[in-house]
Amino acid sequence: MNALRRIVYATGIIAICAWVLVPIYFIALGAFGGRGGVFAWPKTGLPDRVLLGAMQRFLEIEGVWEAALNSVIAAGLCMLLSIALGAPAGYALARFRFRGANLYRLLILMTRAFPLAILALPLTVSFIRIGLYDTPYGVALIHTALALPFAALITSSLFVGIPRELEEAAWIFGCTRWQAFLKVVLPLALPGIAATAIFAFVISWNEVFAASILTVRERTLTAYLLKILSESPLHYRFAGGLLLIVPSVVFIFAVRKYLFAMWGIANR
Amino acid sequence: MTRARTSLLPYLLLAPSLLFLAALFLVPLLQTIGLSLTENGELSPANYQRMVGDLNFVPSLRNTFVLVLVVVPAQVVFALAMATMLQKLRLGRDIVLWIWTIPLGVSDLAAGLVWLAILQDRGYLNSALMALGVIDGPTPWLTYETPVALFFSVVAAEVWRATAIVLVILVAGLQLIPREYAEAAEVFGARPWTIFRRITLPLLRPSLQTALILRTVLAFEVFAVVYAIGGRNFPVLVGEAFVWQTDNQNTGVAAAYAMLVVVISLASTVFYLRALRTPPEQQP
Repeated sequence: MNALRRIVYATGIIAICAWVLVPIYFIALGAFGGRGGVFAWPKTGLPDRVLLGAMQRFLEIEGVWEAALNSVIAAGLCMLLSIALGAPAGYALARFRFRGANLYRLLILMTRAFPLAILALPLTVSFIRIGLYDTPYGVALIHTALALPFAALITSSLFVGIPRELEEAAWIFGCTRWQAFLKVVLPLALPGIAATAIFAFVISWNEVFAASILTVRERTLTAYLLKILSESPLHYRFAGGLLLIVPSVVFIFAVRKYLFAMWGIANR
Repeated sequence: MTRARTSLLPYLLLAPSLLFLAALFLVPLLQTIGLSLTENGELSPANYQRMVGDLNFVPSLRNTFVLVLVVVPAQVVFALAMATMLQKLRLGRDIVLWIWTIPLGVSDLAAGLVWLAILQDRGYLNSALMALGVIDGPTPWLTYETPVALFFSVVAAEVWRATAIVLVILVAGLQLIPREYAEAAEVFGARPWTIFRRITLPLLRPSLQTALILRTVLAFEVFAVVYAIGGRNFPVLVGEAFVWQTDNQNTGVAAAYAMLVVVISLASTVFYLRALRTPPEQQP
C-alpha cells in the first residue's frame, strides 16, 4: 500500500512537470519547424523537422529586431526607475518610524486592486502632448507604475532583514548615514535588489495592453506580436511566442532563490 | 545631523515614488473617469449608453465573468494540491519547484500562442485525437462555431500560465506556519485531511486572500491570451476596450469599459477582504 501510494505521488509530480514543460516544447517545435512543420499532419511530436533557418527568417522580418530592442529599452528603463524610486521608499519603511508609514503601505497595497495597465488609455493624449507617445520611454513609465509597488514592498523587506546594528556601528566609526548605507547596507542588499530589478524587467517585457495602445511604429515585442496576430502565418507567431518566453524563463531561473522570500513578505 | 533633518528624511525618501504614482496612477484614473463621463467636453452618459448598446457588450461581460469563475477557483485548488505535494517532497524539491514556477515568467500573449500550437487545426491535440481514433482529420476547435471548445482552450491556457503565481504565494504562506501545530494534531490522532482542513487552511487564510485578490483582478483583465487563441471569436471586456480604442478610435467608450473593469476589480477586492478576514484574535 505504501509503495503504491509513493508511485501515485511520484507520477503526479512528474505529470505536473510534463504539463508545464511539454507545451513549451511544442511551441519550440512550431517555431523551428517552418511552414512545413506547422502544416505537417498528423504530427508525431518528435523534433524531426528542426530548421534553424525558420527562426532566422522570422528574426529577419522587418520590425522584429526593432520591436525586441524597444522591449529591452522599455524593460531596462522600467527596471532602473522601479529601483531608483522604490528602493528609497523601501529603506524609509524599514528603518524609520514615522507618521503616515502605514498609510503609504496601504496606498501601495491598494494599487493591486486596480487594473493599472488599462488606465493607460488617457495617457495616449498626455503622451502625445509631451512627446512620449510611440516611444519605448512612455511605455517604460506606465510599466514602472506596475512594478514600483512591488519594488517598494520587496526592498523594504530586504532592508528589514539587514540588522540595524551594522549600520549603527558604521555611524560610530564616523560614517555619515549615506556612507554607512553605501558601504554596509547596500552590499548586503544588492543580490535582493538585483532580483527585484529582474522581476520589474519581466513585468515590463510581458505586458501587452498598455504597450499596444501607446505605440504605433515604435512597437515593443508584445505590441508587435499582437498587431501581426491576425495577418502573419502560424510559424511566425510561434517563433514570436518562443522569443517572448525564453528571456523571462531564464530570468525567473536567476531569481528563483528570492521568489518565495519576496512573496512571503509581500503577503502582509 | 539634527533631529529635524532626520525626521524629514523618511518623507523625502517616499516623495519620489508618491509623486510618480500620483502622476501615473492617480491622474490617469481621474482622467479615465472624466473621459468616460464626457462627450465633446460636456457631462454625458453617452459613452456608457454606447457601451451597453454595443452588440458585443453582453457576450464580453458574460464571457469574462464565466472565465473568472471557472479559472480562479481551479487555479486555487490546483495550487493548493501542488503546494501540499511539495511539502512531502524530499528529493529534488528545488528542481520541481523551479519547473512548476516557469509559467510565472510567461506573458499571457505567449501563453496563448503556446496553446495555439497545441490546439490549431493541424495541432498536437488533433494529432493525438486522430491516433486514438476520435476524429478523422484536422478539426477546427477555435472558431466562432465551437464556442465551448474555444472557452475551454482559453481556460487551459490560463490555468497553465497563471497557477504558478498562486502556487508561489501559497508555498510562501505555508513556510510561515509552524510545523508544531500539525505535529500536535497528529499526536492526537488527526488524519491528514483533517489537519489540512482544520489547521493548514485556516492559517493559510492571509495568503489565500492575497492570491485571490491578485489573481481575480488580473483575471478580469484577460485579453491577450484570448486574442492569441481565438482572435475576436471570444469577446472579453478588456478586448472590447482595446477595439474601441484602436480600431474605432473612440477613447470615450474604451474608458467606459475600463471603468467597468475598475469597478468590478474593486468590488471583488472588497469582497475578498471581507470574506477572508482574519479575526483579530487569530492575528499573529
